[in-house]
Amino acid sequence: MLEYARWKYILIAVVLFLGLVFASPNFFGEDWALEIARKDHAAVAPDTQKEVESFLKEKNVHLDRSYIDKGRLMVRFPTAADQLAARDVVNEKYKDDYITALSFAPRTPEFLRALGLRPMPLGLDLRGGLFLLYQVDVNAAVNQALEGYAQDARRALSTANIPFKDITTLATDSGGRPNTVRIILPPEAELSAARNALSQPFQGLSVQSEKLSGGGNAITAVMTPAQVKERQDYAIQQNITTLRNRVNELGVSEPIVQRQGIDRINVQLPGVQNSAEVKNLLGRVATLEFRLEDTQHNAIEAERSGRAPLGSKLYTHTRFGRPVLLKREIIATGDQLTNATVGNSQDGIGVNVRLDARAGENMLKTTKANLNKPMAVVLIEKRRETTQVNGKPVSRDVTDETVINDATIRGVFSTNFVITGLSAGEARDLALLLRSGSLATALYVVEERVVGPSVGSENIQKGVTALIIGMAGVFAFMAIYYKVFGLVADLVLLANVVLLTALLSIMPTVLSLPGIAGIILTVGMAVDANVLIYERIREEIRKGVSPQAAIRAGFEKAFSAIADSNITTLIAGVVLWVFGAGPIRGFAVVLTFGIATSLFTALMGSRALITLMYGGRRKLARLPI
Amino acid sequence: MEFFSHQTSYPFMATRKVWYTLSAVLMIGSLASFFIRGLNLGIDFTGGVSAHVTFTRTPNLDEVRNKAAAAGFKEPQVQTFGSTRDVVIRLPPEPGQTAATIRTKLETVVKSMDPSVDVAQLEVVGPQVGNELKTSAIWALSFTLLLIFIYIAFRFHTWRLSFGAILAVLHDPILVIGFFAVSQTEFDLPVVAAILAVIGYSLNDTVIVFDRIRERFETNRRLPPGTVLDQAINQTLSRTIMTKVVTSIVVVALLFLGGPVLKGFSEALMIGIIAGTYSSIYISSAIALDCGLTAEHIFPSTRKSAVDELP
Repeated sequence: MLEYARWKYILIAVVLFLGLVFASPNFFGEDWALEIARKDHAAVAPDTQKEVESFLKEKNVHLDRSYIDKGRLMVRFPTAADQLAARDVVNEKYKDDYITALSFAPRTPEFLRALGLRPMPLGLDLRGGLFLLYQVDVNAAVNQALEGYAQDARRALSTANIPFKDITTLATDSGGRPNTVRIILPPEAELSAARNALSQPFQGLSVQSEKLSGGGNAITAVMTPAQVKERQDYAIQQNITTLRNRVNELGVSEPIVQRQGIDRINVQLPGVQNSAEVKNLLGRVATLEFRLEDTQHNAIEAERSGRAPLGSKLYTHTRFGRPVLLKREIIATGDQLTNATVGNSQDGIGVNVRLDARAGENMLKTTKANLNKPMAVVLIEKRRETTQVNGKPVSRDVTDETVINDATIRGVFSTNFVITGLSAGEARDLALLLRSGSLATALYVVEERVVGPSVGSENIQKGVTALIIGMAGVFAFMAIYYKVFGLVADLVLLANVVLLTALLSIMPTVLSLPGIAGIILTVGMAVDANVLIYERIREEIRKGVSPQAAIRAGFEKAFSAIADSNITTLIAGVVLWVFGAGPIRGFAVVLTFGIATSLFTALMGSRALITLMYGGRRKLARLPI
Repeated sequence: MEFFSHQTSYPFMATRKVWYTLSAVLMIGSLASFFIRGLNLGIDFTGGVSAHVTFTRTPNLDEVRNKAAAAGFKEPQVQTFGSTRDVVIRLPPEPGQTAATIRTKLETVVKSMDPSVDVAQLEVVGPQVGNELKTSAIWALSFTLLLIFIYIAFRFHTWRLSFGAILAVLHDPILVIGFFAVSQTEFDLPVVAAILAVIGYSLNDTVIVFDRIRERFETNRRLPPGTVLDQAINQTLSRTIMTKVVTSIVVVALLFLGGPVLKGFSEALMIGIIAGTYSSIYISSAIALDCGLTAEHIFPSTRKSAVDELP
């Protein structure tokens, strides 16, 4: 008699049931769909839904059905051709107020979707789209922080009336210490007073002072590694937030924006094909400055001499074709914006801007004091330029400053006003950039992949065919070689694939082509545990042991071999998981989960099944193995 | 059905010099072709541009190459990919080029040959990303080997088996790399994943043999170690071959049906599985034997240590 604990049967049944439920959304497939959302983020009204439906029918586009999901209108189509046709006609008619995105809508029944179940998310290589890997200039972020410390130090020393010769920021100082602010004090300045004055702005920095050979003192403040890291992390986090906002503005369905490694951000936009336009919007570093114009001096004179008068700055790039002198004081900057939208004013199309309270107060004060004087808006953009110097590529950052608008202050205003002087397209892009927040530091694309939708579906089809044929081959072979026990192994294998699918569906991992290869390999390797057990049972039978004792011995003696061998494969899987990125990680995830599910199904599942079949039989002369 | 109805008793240990020589020749050949010919590294590692273009009719590859070169692309590589109408154009990395400008330029080139051509896929990888991947692939490999060495030494109480396992495991990726150097098949990121999977699987076999060695030593301490190792390998032989036959079924399915994207991956797996099966049968245990493995190493005699403790 063979027995197997009842709780184990129950456990297996529960796990299998849950596995079937979680895996089920994958069996329904997907429809081609079009997502339509309002540009102002309001929910789409049911009236619009009816309007769009009848409009599409009028244009002879076949649609299955449409519904509103989380404020977005989803329209499903029977074919990809209908989907593309619908996008074109909808874009043409509704482009002013709505954004559209091509997507796939799972055919999962309503009750499953209500439970939060969804099919495995597919990677870009399987559904098509744009992949971008951005490099974040984290050192620039640290430099900004250093400049901030230097500026605070300057202010603190001036307030305390302590003279100083020079304040510099150094990426590495002469002693090899990184990220330093260095202050040179003349002999007449008292060191202790200076250190006292600096204790507030340099809080948290490691501060040292030394006597200089030429008289006077030097104070150095070094950012600690923890502060540097914090600053870098902040820059990345800020950039991720901004990129997310911008991606959301684009109206892409299911975008992914995530950190990769120390200083990279990976952006995945399913369904996007036009990389130039998207990249231009995502990576732009743009901000605004509001300044008063210097009307006392002549800008053309300043341009000729190349020297701006004290307290002013010369701008040669302007939208109105003549140079302009602007006061150094900044009234408000782009960071202080709370909202920016495109609107029409009496002077043509413009960007309606709303400032935060502090900037609004400043603006109120300035406009009150400077009525009927001109104020200018400066657009500042950073980009990286790569040129060939002596055959080697050299990159440098370029800042473009353009005065986009110069208007007379006609009334007193504070938080709300309009920027004019832009074309419709420029106004739309500027509003989007201002609204999504500015990037903490510049971003550069280091890797870019565009996959066409047809390549994606072809990849899926090939992967699935290989999986089905491979599985059929394994099933047939096992059944022939191990007879009834082989059929048990086949059932167990099927359960394994279901459990693996379930795990991959509930995990936040994306299935890519190497992931499908991982599933196929798991199918091949999962029989290994069964083979080990069955070969052991055959060995025991050859020794003349009774069938039931052979089954028991087979399972028990094979256990340590199964455990040790799977742990070594697991080590390889986990290392791949940790070191790999993108598709490699996808493969590693599948490999690792596959080992877990195949151990469970082979050790517990097949034992339960075999015990159920042969455990209770008193007269068992031979095993069909 | 059974392929191994009688217990086999092949003398693996007695003939090990033959297998050592065979492995040495294969490994030297692989390393030589790796150093002489090098690998055909994909843009994952070198950086650069790879475009997958689908023509409506079979294009003349030389014409594509010449037109691309005439348009200012340096050293364009043009190959068919899967079908004769699908062509992959590879370009070395060029600074300051964005995917958008490359796409426009490339589209003009191919459209001049076939107006309804489709640029189905375009990849642009910066050279620094490629270099980092090389480093991280080497790290991943070294880390896996180290962890496995420690695990086996811990589980079987002796470095001799660890050493045999690691040597056998190094053997497999070297042969795979040798195959890629000889055939000049593109070596991309999925191939690295395949090599790491091969290491896992080859070890899987080796460990199962070791597990049996431990079991045999436990019951037959007095038998010469060579005999015990032979018995262990012969007793696990049917399982080793069977599992590999089944795994090969799915790998063959992947190789022929998985499409050109997975071709390198499947080839690496196929070669690796053959090499791994061979090395776990012929090499790993033999090396442990030559390192002087005896039953004492796995099961230290308790009586002996009791004697040692006497004053």
